[in-house]
Amino acid sequence: MSEQPALPFPEPEGGPVLPPVAAEPVLELRGVTVRYGSVPALDRVSLRLRPGTVTCVLGENGAGKSTLVQVVSGVRRHDDGELLVDGKAVRFRRPRQARSRGIATIWQDLAVIPLMTVWRNFWLGDEPTRGVWPLRRIDLDVAREGAARALARVGLPDVNVNQPAAALQPGQRHSLAVARAMHFGARVLVVDEPAAPLTVAQHALVLRTVVAARDAGLGVLYVTSMPGYAHLVGDRFVLLAGGRVAADLTREDVDVDGLTRLMSGGEALATLTAELRRAT
Amino acid sequence: MPARRVPSRGRRLLTRPSTPAFVGVLVALAVFGAQAPQLLGTGGWASVLDSAALVGIGAVAVTLLLVAGQFDVSIGVLAVASSVAAGLLVTEAGWGIWPALGASLVGALAVGAVNGVLVVLTGLPSFLVTLGTFLVLQGGTLVVTQSVAGRSLVHDVDVAPGWSSAQAVFGSGVMVGDGRFKVSILWWLAAVLLAGWLLRRTRFGNAVYALGGSRRAARELGVPTAGTTVALYLVTATAAWLVGTLVLVRQAGVPVAPEFGAEIEYLVVAVIGGCLLSGGYGSAVGAAAGALLYGTVRTGIGIAGWSPSTFQVVLGVLLLVALLANGVARRRLIAVPRS
Repeated sequence: MSEQPALPFPEPEGGPVLPPVAAEPVLELRGVTVRYGSVPALDRVSLRLRPGTVTCVLGENGAGKSTLVQVVSGVRRHDDGELLVDGKAVRFRRPRQARSRGIATIWQDLAVIPLMTVWRNFWLGDEPTRGVWPLRRIDLDVAREGAARALARVGLPDVNVNQPAAALQPGQRHSLAVARAMHFGARVLVVDEPAAPLTVAQHALVLRTVVAARDAGLGVLYVTSMPGYAHLVGDRFVLLAGGRVAADLTREDVDVDGLTRLMSGGEALATLTAELRRAT
Repeated sequence: MPARRVPSRGRRLLTRPSTPAFVGVLVALAVFGAQAPQLLGTGGWASVLDSAALVGIGAVAVTLLLVAGQFDVSIGVLAVASSVAAGLLVTEAGWGIWPALGASLVGALAVGAVNGVLVVLTGLPSFLVTLGTFLVLQGGTLVVTQSVAGRSLVHDVDVAPGWSSAQAVFGSGVMVGDGRFKVSILWWLAAVLLAGWLLRRTRFGNAVYALGGSRRAARELGVPTAGTTVALYLVTATAAWLVGTLVLVRQAGVPVAPEFGAEIEYLVVAVIGGCLLSGGYGSAVGAAAGALLYGTVRTGIGIAGWSPSTFQVVLGVLLLVALLANGVARRRLIAVPRS
């Protein structure tokens, strides 16, 4: 990828914010349960997210990672348990409510619609309007300028916001998703990494976003299936398996190899590795 | 980052959904104008626009649905059913024409709501769901008409109280030269302008494009998917009612054979107007251009004295050309530049 690494998050005034030690969690889950029919997709999941830290949520496909992201971002309501933002219990009915409480999400598919223009993508679901119903309409000038300004802040100053999003390069699409997520003054960033294999450059893009958000004082929930990348940036590691928290570890508890072993179901892989090494 | 070339104005014009249809209109005018010069007189234009107006109102509604990735098979039959309902209320129950039209609008909206809610609740392809409504309406209209009126057509609706005002709103026309320009052309124009405004300028329009472009992304961003879908089917039902009403008032009756129940033609016109069947792409102006092309070809073939069956052949060829052209346009738009 030819582009310059852009810091998507403006440096806070007066240098980086160092969160006070043992800051109150900005986001907390207490025994959150989601059922599809009678099958729990999330089973009494608890975790805490403090400002300026990165919590990695790891797990195989079907472990409940996507459902967790949906609950936190307001796409799906949880059935039991509590979701707390700044210590207050909330129950989001729609993504807009989560965004207005400062929870921003970068989705696996980036939630970018190729055939729509960049500015329409940027505002989708939250368009600025003027006039009163039934004549209420999108404020085109505000929308175009606002999108251009927000994209300039994440390092895309020269993007034509009137072109379809399909014309953007993959890195630019990622930046569009970041710009949109951050637009409403986020304090929590949820990064849902695609399960599909990414190139190293694409991983780097995701990790830069995670680190920049952390340094700007946000609580980051980094959802991934790659322990190697998670260990590079994570302060805390929550392993999901079958919808439950299988392990909740800090950086001191575990190294990359340990994390990998845990992810892949423990000793089975270690034995396999040893056998293969002997064979060569 | 290497700045991507900003597409030139000409290039943008070429990738508009409506451009091929407008080119088609010019070609058709040239071909049929040479064969039958009357086509280019006021009489010819009046009949081109009249033919375009009726199919155009349906096509613009179908365009909205197609952009959202949906379809409605029942729209044509709903047009027939709502005009029959209004006609029967007048001839059999003695209602005035305005209350009868009001009742048929409510009925049409109810059908639209059923379509929309079923599509949302079942999550099934809308083609199948509305196919069910189509069968119910088609059979139901015949059964009800025959059992209530004892025959399969409704006529002499013009005895109804309030007929002259209804005639003025839905059935009047202006003579210009040797052509009678009917008021349905204004209704068509209004429908196109309204649909265009909704699609390009409102949050509803953004939601429609998002639904067709990526349902998943729309959900993730909190676009109201269910509400938008139901609203779309209400819009379609209203368009069907309008077509039915225009025909009812013009003819003072309806034959209960769905001859103007032309959902296939609406679909063809919408696709000729640049809609992608895969959703997420299309425009109201495109639908208007498609309808204009339809009207030109239909009238041109009539005036030139070709066999009426030729029209179907030409329409089919146009559809195939449009499908190919739209496929090319889509690939050009979707093509992801490699980094």
